[in-house]
Amino acid sequence: MVDKIVIENLNLQYADGTESLRDISLNIPANAISVLFGPAGGGKSSLLRCLNRLNDLTEVQTVAGRILLDGEDILDPQTDVIALRRKVGMVFARPVVLPLTIRGNLTYGLELAGEKRKSRLDEAAERGLKLAALWDEVRDRLDDPAIALSGGQQQRLCLARVLANQPEVILMDEPTSGLDPISTGKVEAALQELKKDYTILLVPHSVQQAARTADFAAFFLQGELVEAAEGKELFTHPKQKRTEDYVEGRFG
Amino acid sequence: MKRASFSNRDLVQRLGFSLLTLVALVTVVPILVVIAYVVKEGAPAISWEFLTAMPRDGMRAGGILPAIVGTFYLTLGTAVFSVPLGIAAAIYLSEYARDNWLTRLIRIAIINLAGIPSVVYGLFGLGLFVLFLEFGTSILAASLTLSIMTLPVIISASEEALRAVPQAFRTVSISLGGTRWQTIRKIVLPQALPGILTGVILGLERAAGETAPILFTGAAFFLPRLPGTPLDATMALPYHLFVISTQVPEMPFQIQYGTALVLIAFVLGMNIIATVIRSRARAKRQW
Repeated sequence: MVDKIVIENLNLQYADGTESLRDISLNIPANAISVLFGPAGGGKSSLLRCLNRLNDLTEVQTVAGRILLDGEDILDPQTDVIALRRKVGMVFARPVVLPLTIRGNLTYGLELAGEKRKSRLDEAAERGLKLAALWDEVRDRLDDPAIALSGGQQQRLCLARVLANQPEVILMDEPTSGLDPISTGKVEAALQELKKDYTILLVPHSVQQAARTADFAAFFLQGELVEAAEGKELFTHPKQKRTEDYVEGRFG
Repeated sequence: MKRASFSNRDLVQRLGFSLLTLVALVTVVPILVVIAYVVKEGAPAISWEFLTAMPRDGMRAGGILPAIVGTFYLTLGTAVFSVPLGIAAAIYLSEYARDNWLTRLIRIAIINLAGIPSVVYGLFGLGLFVLFLEFGTSILAASLTLSIMTLPVIISASEEALRAVPQAFRTVSISLGGTRWQTIRKIVLPQALPGILTGVILGLERAAGETAPILFTGAAFFLPRLPGTPLDATMALPYHLFVISTQVPEMPFQIQYGTALVLIAFVLGMNIIATVIRSRARAKRQW
């Protein structure tokens, strides 16, 4: 398997001195679902936000180490963060639809990039919706306000919006935490299809979801990477006692 | 025994509510009385001639057209300067400025600016715009003076409207490859616009009704013609009202109240527009 992302000795510290990530080294394979799991406060979200440099928005913090995406260090100050964020899309825990129409949400990213041709925009919107398994539900009302969709539909719209942007990597931070089991199932099914073409990093909202979806899994505990392995391996034969205890529900 | 204590509490609650209702009414009554009185006394003066003719007989007859036009020009002039500047300042404070001593200083300055008596603005305008910059007593100088007075209102209201837009919209826009400015222009500003407009109108409304800031900077006692350029002085409703109420002997009572009615209608009209914009935007809002 090719490694899409290589994280080398990543350290992250917030301005107030709290340490978020301690010496993380981790390889993320391309065309697979990599699951980052562990109890809250473990640094999973912080790590995701390093990968598209969304941490830049937070007040002063120090980052040390390297994150290589296709061999290039994205933490380098010279990095074009706009291009990076187009390449590395993100779906958040709470579905945030922009106050636009359904179509407006889908084409937003491309319009920011300067795409004006209607055919291209429509094409991207349709592709995103189909990949996110939402096309059949909204194809006739693309010009309705996006807020009119149900919660589950909104989250799939957020996924479709990222996909319409033609990324290579998709970061998902507990994308199904607010969804019912049926909607969750639809999102997970979509991910299984998507991993053929995209590199997916998922912070799951439960250990069960981690075990269900992971091709590759990494267990985080209080800013530390305890163990990383192929999904099946890690959930059936964890090497570390702490991983085993967490996976079997002895703490959490 | 238990029942008794319950009905006692009930009584206290009712008394409390009645008292609060009464207090609320007390605040509304003076406004209604003032408006009703001005309408009652001023309405007979209102006629087509009153609104469209020049004053005659040392302003004791004829119309108040130059004052109406003057107030319109002054409000427009104030808008030209204060709206772009105020909104730009609000965008800077809400979207770009970090929380440091400079930003805090700017905020304190804005708050204090809002508390300065309007006559002080008038003197400041006289010194800076009329004399130093040699704009003379003119619509330009008066508009600039009113702009400075209006800025704090516009900045505060706009900043509040911008801050009310959920942070999550900004994060999502940035995560999709938006720059900060694209995010402001495409998402934040359109969402904040109704709130900003409301603040702008309320600020301009205050400018339209002020006398002191234009007293030394642009208002004329009497002009036989309408102002032609921004460098002309102008009559204006609030100052005209002051003049005909205190400076002209044997002034017909009706004309005074008629002028007051026109001024109140102008200001209330702006207020109503602001209220309509706000309530429409609230109904349409998606967050």
